[in-house]
Amino acid sequence: MDHQAAPQTDEQFRASARQWLADNFPVSLKGGKYILPHTQEEGEKPGPDYLLWKGRIANKGWGVPTWPARYGGGGLTTCQAEILAEEMARIGAFNPIGGLGVMMLGPTVLEFGTEEQKLRHVPPIARGEIEWCQGFSEPGAGSDLASLRTRCEDKGDHFLVNGQKIWTSFAHVSDWCFCLVRTDTSRKQAGISFLLIDMRTEGVEARPISLINGVSHFCETFFTDVKVPKENLLGEVNAGWGIAKRLLQHERNGLSSQRNVANVERGLPDLARAYVGTDDEGRIADADLRARITAHMMRQHAYGLTLRHRNAGIEAGLEGSAQMSVLKNLGARVAQDLNELAVEILGIAGLGWEGPGYSEEELELTSGWLYSKCFSIYGGSHEVQNNITAKRVLALPSA
Amino acid sequence: MIVLSDEQIMLRDMAKSWVADRVPVSALRAVRTTYADHGSDPVLYTEMAEMGWTGILIPEAHGGVDMGLVSLGLIAEELGRNLAASPLLSTAVAAASAIVRGDNEAKKAELLPAIATGSLTAALAIDEGPHHRPDNIAATARVDNDGWVLNGAKRGVAEALSADLLIVAAKTDDGIALFACPADREGVEKTRLARIDSRGAADLRFTNVRLDKAALLGSGQPYVDRVLDALRAAQAAEMLGGTVQAFETTLDYLRTRVQFDHPIGSFQALQHRAADMMGEIELTRSAVYAALTALDADDRDAPILTSLAKAMAGQTFRAMAKEMIQMHGGIGMTDEHDAGLYLKRAHTADVELGNAAFHRERYAQFLNI
Ligand SMILES: Cc1cc2nc3c(=O)[nH]c(=O)nc-3n(C[C@H](O)[C@H](O)[C@H](O)COP(=O)(O)OP(=O)(O)OC[C@H]3O[C@@H](n4cnc5c(N)ncnc54)[C@H](O)[C@@H]3O)c2cc1C
Repeated sequence: MDHQAAPQTDEQFRASARQWLADNFPVSLKGGKYILPHTQEEGEKPGPDYLLWKGRIANKGWGVPTWPARYGGGGLTTCQAEILAEEMARIGAFNPIGGLGVMMLGPTVLEFGTEEQKLRHVPPIARGEIEWCQGFSEPGAGSDLASLRTRCEDKGDHFLVNGQKIWTSFAHVSDWCFCLVRTDTSRKQAGISFLLIDMRTEGVEARPISLINGVSHFCETFFTDVKVPKENLLGEVNAGWGIAKRLLQHERNGLSSQRNVANVERGLPDLARAYVGTDDEGRIADADLRARITAHMMRQHAYGLTLRHRNAGIEAGLEGSAQMSVLKNLGARVAQDLNELAVEILGIAGLGWEGPGYSEEELELTSGWLYSKCFSIYGGSHEVQNNITAKRVLALPSA
Repeated sequence: MIVLSDEQIMLRDMAKSWVADRVPVSALRAVRTTYADHGSDPVLYTEMAEMGWTGILIPEAHGGVDMGLVSLGLIAEELGRNLAASPLLSTAVAAASAIVRGDNEAKKAELLPAIATGSLTAALAIDEGPHHRPDNIAATARVDNDGWVLNGAKRGVAEALSADLLIVAAKTDDGIALFACPADREGVEKTRLARIDSRGAADLRFTNVRLDKAALLGSGQPYVDRVLDALRAAQAAEMLGGTVQAFETTLDYLRTRVQFDHPIGSFQALQHRAADMMGEIELTRSAVYAALTALDADDRDAPILTSLAKAMAGQTFRAMAKEMIQMHGGIGMTDEHDAGLYLKRAHTADVELGNAAFHRERYAQFLNI
């Protein structure tokens, strides 16, 4: 691993990051984006330059820039990570390492894992080698997650797991699953444990379910007499709920920080100029639409500033975590509004399910609009986030 | 979260305790009666000057403390919480910026120390019609022998009632400029306006007002816009303060008012609106302090951020004031309750210096949408 002495100032860091990116980012990938490692779509599989870039970033630890270098991270401050992201965006580069391991499990193992668990599970996440999925939701346990029933019995030298999970995103292409299981049926939250399960274990089966946009990357996951080694328990038996709550904070945090909300790559104004036309002064011809696009862009701008202020606050040790619920809702809504505006701009060109007759951009925007409806459902629905804010942040009374 | 320097934290805490102590919301009720001809309580302004607030944008060489707009914004936010009426923004932000940013050294030496000590108050007279149109000024300043002759009418000038000095936008042969005009100069006519927010606004008429050559502070649209942006951003900070206090007062009510055997704050319909409102306030706060910071640094996108801040502040303050009344029920409609005072100030502060729609349009133009 490449251990450089931490540069002194942010500006020095910016200069060195810029140089490193110039030397290491393959120009052929400019404007590209993160590819799911186990994607099964032909033509979307990572090419040689992508793998080269991924290897270089992994060696540098910059796929997970703020994680400790000991576990494969970059050891950067939040502020430096922000600068790195800015520098990447500036040259059309992107982070080739992602997934639920990066967003949720890694930080959780770093906080709750034993030293062995950290050394075993964190570096492969940091290098983008192992994909994780989240086995929390069940058919009867959605927003009320703690009512989950997947059984986990202590069989002496191993645990035995039986039950069903649902909405498990990417379960069919993941290597591992972090699961909430019931180890005590007499207590609700205090009977839950946090288990790491290898998806290749006998008795694990993931069946994809189609979403409204035709994509099927989430699954029903069945566990039938699945044997799990004892060392795969994170934290103590029956202490899983506290760990899960922390993990969900990381999830909200990750979801609220996602910058790829702007899946309208050329920006709404350009899209509108192309599909709606312009007036004599070059403005978007439809004045009402133009006003709503502007209002949306202002919210997006203010949201970006809010994220930046939050990061500065975290750096200065100021921020509490409950605020994340507020941010998650804001981010989801901004992204949903963007998608709504995009299909409105497209008109009948935004009605396509598949080609011919529709450009790739049109199909992607339509599909993205359909998919965007889930932003306010997963990771805790809008309503559930508001319950959390009302109780924890605003200290409003319970019913 | 905005990261502040130790000095700024001290300043904010001082403002917070002074406002709590000296300017409860009920002080605005006294403005409606006791100080109706002035628009604010002059004793409070003297105290602000003693704390150095009037000199925050003024260079030390001219008697100020030169701490910048972010610092001023922190004070404005605290004042806004309790709807404190004063000519602080019209004087220490608008007039001070007009003078500091201009190129008239004689006026700097003459006026800035007086503003810093609090002995001189001022108002900024720009608009002439029902809407904010700083690029469409009809008032004129004509060269005449050794000075200027000012003619025109200004409508709804904030804090003009108490102002000793009027900063007046007028057209010269070379375009728009700002002039320093003593309020008691012959030919200046002031008409008090009784406004919903109880502050000291007035209509102004200038009829052949003679000013000396040195009355011209600065000229050009960019200069006027820069002065306006400082005031807009500071006003947005004040509006943020009003929003936050309206929110907190409402939350208190939600925790204590009981109906159907439960505090009304336990009803999800109200909880969720409160939680959504918190998001709006976060966005507004970020925009406001980003604008103040950018103006301090003279960043190129400062005007964009200022329009973002003023638009967000206008929208959010209005929405919050509306919710404040709704969530209080009938009592919120009474004059005795503060909710109405917040609504009136929210509406006034939004309309002044360009409302949310004005700043959306300005933002759109900056970004070529
Ligand atoms: C695209 C997508 C990907 C997902 N990926 C994963 C994954 O990888 N792993 C995983 O474990 N889960 C995943 N989920 C599941 C997700 O976390 C749940 O859908 C979510 O928690 C809501 O649960 P539910 O679907 O059972 O809805 P329900 O909980 O039944 O909610 C239905 C409606 O009731 C509302 N509601 C529920 N409780 C309250 C309340 N107390 N107050 C007010 N309103 C309430 C909800 O807001 C919602 O509008 C995913 C979901 C989606 C859509």
